[in-house]
This record gives sequence, structure tokens and C-alpha cells, in this order.
Amino acid sequence: MTPAVRFRGVSRHFGEVRAVDNVDLDVAPGEFFAMLGPSGSGKTTCLRLIAGFERPTSGSIEIFGEPSTNIPPYRRPVNTVFQDYALFPHLNVTDNVAFGLMVAGVGKAEREQEAQKTLELVALPGFGDRKPSQLSGGQRQRVALARALVNKPKVLLLDEPLGALDLKLREQMQEELKSLQRKLGITFIFVTHDQGEALSMADRVAVFDHGRIQQVGTPEDIYDRPQTPFVADFVGSSNVLSPQLAERLAGVRAHASLRPESIRLDAGGHAATVVTRNFLGAATRLTLDLDGEKVSVLLPKGADVPATGDRVHISWDADALHVMDTRND
Amino acid sequence: MHSDRASLGLRIAAAAGLLFMHLPILLIFVYAFTTEDKSYQWPPPGLTLEWFAVTWNRPDVWEALSLSLRVAAISTAIALVLGTLCAAAVAHTRFFGREVISLLVILPIALPGIITGISLRSAFNLADIPFSFWTILLGHATFCVVVVYNNAVARFRRMSGSLIEASMDLGANAFQTFRHVILPNIATALLAGGMLAFALSFDEVIVTTFTAGQQQTLPIWMLEELVRPRQRPVTNVVAMVVVLVTFLPILGAFYLTRGTDTVAGQGK
Repeated sequence: MTPAVRFRGVSRHFGEVRAVDNVDLDVAPGEFFAMLGPSGSGKTTCLRLIAGFERPTSGSIEIFGEPSTNIPPYRRPVNTVFQDYALFPHLNVTDNVAFGLMVAGVGKAEREQEAQKTLELVALPGFGDRKPSQLSGGQRQRVALARALVNKPKVLLLDEPLGALDLKLREQMQEELKSLQRKLGITFIFVTHDQGEALSMADRVAVFDHGRIQQVGTPEDIYDRPQTPFVADFVGSSNVLSPQLAERLAGVRAHASLRPESIRLDAGGHAATVVTRNFLGAATRLTLDLDGEKVSVLLPKGADVPATGDRVHISWDADALHVMDTRND
Repeated sequence: MHSDRASLGLRIAAAAGLLFMHLPILLIFVYAFTTEDKSYQWPPPGLTLEWFAVTWNRPDVWEALSLSLRVAAISTAIALVLGTLCAAAVAHTRFFGREVISLLVILPIALPGIITGISLRSAFNLADIPFSFWTILLGHATFCVVVVYNNAVARFRRMSGSLIEASMDLGANAFQTFRHVILPNIATALLAGGMLAFALSFDEVIVTTFTAGQQQTLPIWMLEELVRPRQRPVTNVVAMVVVLVTFLPILGAFYLTRGTDTVAGQGK
């Protein structure tokens, strides 16, 4: 099957800075794909390369099999929901949404009808005559979404789509985006620095660091089987054990990850000392000293919580200790 | 003691200041109706509308007025194109020497007009360019560009750069983006800058003195008339027209740019 987006050896350098560094990527059609990483990791530049706002320094980009490396943004079958929404302040909501159809030469009556339909799709009917300045943040986001979707893009790009919203609205929009994507069957690619958002919404996640993709996989892959210490630490703050400790515990000399929630207190396990204790509400986080390395443990509510300085014994299921790929060390 | 009303002394001082500035202009208007045409005699011995008819029939007035209007219109048009392009480049791209260019563009209006005039005159002489309508035009364009540039660059800076990307993303090519996104967002700034440029050009004397050949723009014609008195109130009639022609656009520009302080594209 032709991938929706294919990167082959794509780099984008700004002077000495390698914003995107030799990236290979395949996004499947109809996929909800997340690009996750800290700021400056190259994820937004990748999105801008797909949109056409940036040209790669080297490498090639295909969109549904079409070589697109040098195609300008206005001739790509992709649309973008911008982080600041970038709604046109001089146009009302209907004209904002109908903008793409207007420049494509669609007649006034038809494009206004399409705009109405799309506004209903994003659950914002009846706001057509308002100016963007008269809308709330959540409403603006829906307009931005409708303005992109009305053009029936093959790929929808979302740049930190929920970043400007408050927590409650963010959770609601996560659900809506997910069901919208299922309903439309369009490939969604979204950029986020929030690992929770990426894990809960995406079919697959690419984790970026320093312009390179560290790992691509399903949220379960990324979470349970991180391939590099960076992925383990960035996604869900896993314990990253040194190769020396991993060798003693599992017999393999490589970095290993151990999820804090998969560790139990168990009299027959490895001895460790409690260094700090933090009450988090639903759980308690202990920081232990295990053979000179810091290991954090998440104890569910109701468990017996040892005091700071106590000697404890810990164990975990054999598959909880995940030995990572040594290539990226 | 604080009070909402200013003290009597302050109010008198403010009124006196305003009168000092505007009474002479009022005098000009009054003398346009006087029956005495040799010297400005106060009070006017009588009032008449005769000078309006005389002015209407003087071909030299029409020539000067026409030249001034043409120069102002064309130099404003040139300024709108060049000023906008320059503002777009400075506001939305980064390149080596950007700040220098910004400074160099503004320099002509910071320099005394006499410097601009002398330098243009010697440059035209050096290049063997005869003084004509076009040399006046070039002289005026130097400062008109600045006015338009200043207005446009301020508006461009307030316009979010992602608006242009959004437009291209939605399928608009460069021309459509300019027509449907950039122009509507900078239109009032251009109108204000254009009106100001027009008004500046229309009553410009110094640069014109150095760059004109035999032609007389309206302000130059008025200066000549004052030196060589002949039907003096005609000058006053023309002065009234000049006040109206320059005042109205400036008033218009003031009203158009009022209340546009909201930042375009900051839709959060």
C-alpha cells in the first residue's frame, strides 16, 4: 500500500543546527499518527516539511506516492491546523472556513453551504457571522479545524492542536478529534510534546529527539518496550537502569527500562533503601537507592508505605524489565 | 486637591496656545474676502466674493494646482508600491543588513529637506538630468515612501506570520494571498500612509525648490505671489483651498487608523 507520507533520508538544517537529521518515516493512509518530542526535537519542522513551508536540505518527501519535495504548499493535498489557529481576523467564521474553496474558484452559494456543513461536523453551527475575535479559544480551534477539513485534505496536519486549551477542554477535544478522524478516515498527523496526549490519541507514535526519530511504534510499544533510554525517560518517566545494573539484575549488559508502577514491595526481592517519599493522591512515589542507582516506585493507594530510610525489598515480573536496543548508546 | 477640571490658569493657557496656532489661519481666510488688494489692511475695508471669480479665471493658478495634484498623486502611488514592498521585506524576512535598510529608508524624512534638496539637485546635475516634472516627482517620492513604509511596517509587524502560511496552506498562491489576506489586513494602514504622503507632497516647498525647473507647484507659486503683489487676495483664496485639500485627507487618515490597534492574527 502506498504510504500517506513517506520521508527518505530527509534532513533540514538551519545553518549549523540540524533541526531534522536524516529521517525515514512512513505514515499509513487513514492512520492517526503522533510526532512526540521535547521542544527543539524537530517534530514541528517535520510537520512543516509535510505542509511545504520548509524545503528539505536533502532527502525526498512523497505524499500518497507523489514526489512532493519541491511542490509549494498551495498545491499539496494537505491542510494544517496551526498552533495559534491563524484565523483570518478580517473575515467572519463562514468566510474563514470557505477560504480554501474561494481561492479554488467554488461559487459563493456552494462554498457557504459546504462551510455550514463542515461547521456542523465540528459541532460549531450558528457562529458563521462572528469574527474570530468574538470566539473563545475552543471555538477558534473548531473553526481552524473546519477551515482545514472543508478542503477534504488527504492528510490533516495538527500543530500542538490542544496546547492552548485548558485541561477539561483538552480532554474533550482529544475524544472529539479521535472520533472525527475515525468518521472521516483521513490521515491525521499531529505534533505534541505531551506524551499522555500522544499515547491516548494516536495509532502510532514517533518519538523525536535532536532531529532524529528515536522510535516509531504503537503507544503500547513505545510505553512497554522503549528502544532507547531517551524514549524510556521521556514517555512515562521510566527508570532507566545502567548496563552494569541491568547485567546484575537480568544478565544482559545494556540499558534497561523498568516502569515505576510495575515494581512491588516483596520480601523475597532485591534490597533497596527508601530515599524520598511523595504522596501523589492516587498513588505514592518512592525513590529508592538500588545498588547506588535511583529507582522510582509507584505504590497504589492502600499499600503499606515504608518510611524514608527504611530497608525494603522489591521485585517485578520478568517481562517488566525491558532491555533496550544498544545501538543508540 | 485633585479635581476633574483643570485650573482656570491652565485652561486659559491652553486656549491661548490654540488661538496662537489657529488665529493666523483664520486671518488668511478673512483676507480672501477683503476688497483691498495691495496690502493686508486690518480690519478689511469691505468684504467681497470677487476674488474667487478672479482666481477661477487665472490660468497660472490652474497650472500650479494641476502640477501639484499630479505630483502628489503619482509620488503617492510610487510610495505605496515601494513602501509596501520594502515594509513587507523588512517585517517578514530576516536578511543581512535588514536594520541598515530600515534606517536608510527612514533617513530622508529625518534629514532636513534642504539637504535632500541640495543632494538631489547636485545628483541630477551630475547625471545631466534636466529639471522637469519627473525630477520634482523623484524628490517628493523620497519622503512619501518613508511615510507609507512607516505605516505599513507597523501593521506588518502586528500581523501574525502564520496568516500567510495559513493562506498558502489553504491553496492560495502568492497573488491570491496578497489579494485576500495581506491587502485586507494592511489596507487601512496604506490608506492612512497614502493620505499623509499626498498631503506632505502637496504643500512641499524646500525639496521642490531644488528639483523643479520652470514649473511651479502650488506652494512655490504662492511664495512667488507674496513677493510680487498682484491681486493679493487671490493667494488667500488659493491658501484656503490648500488648507482644505491637505486637512481633509489627514483628518480622514486619523479616523481610519483609529481603533485598529487590535493585533491582527493573534487569535488565542
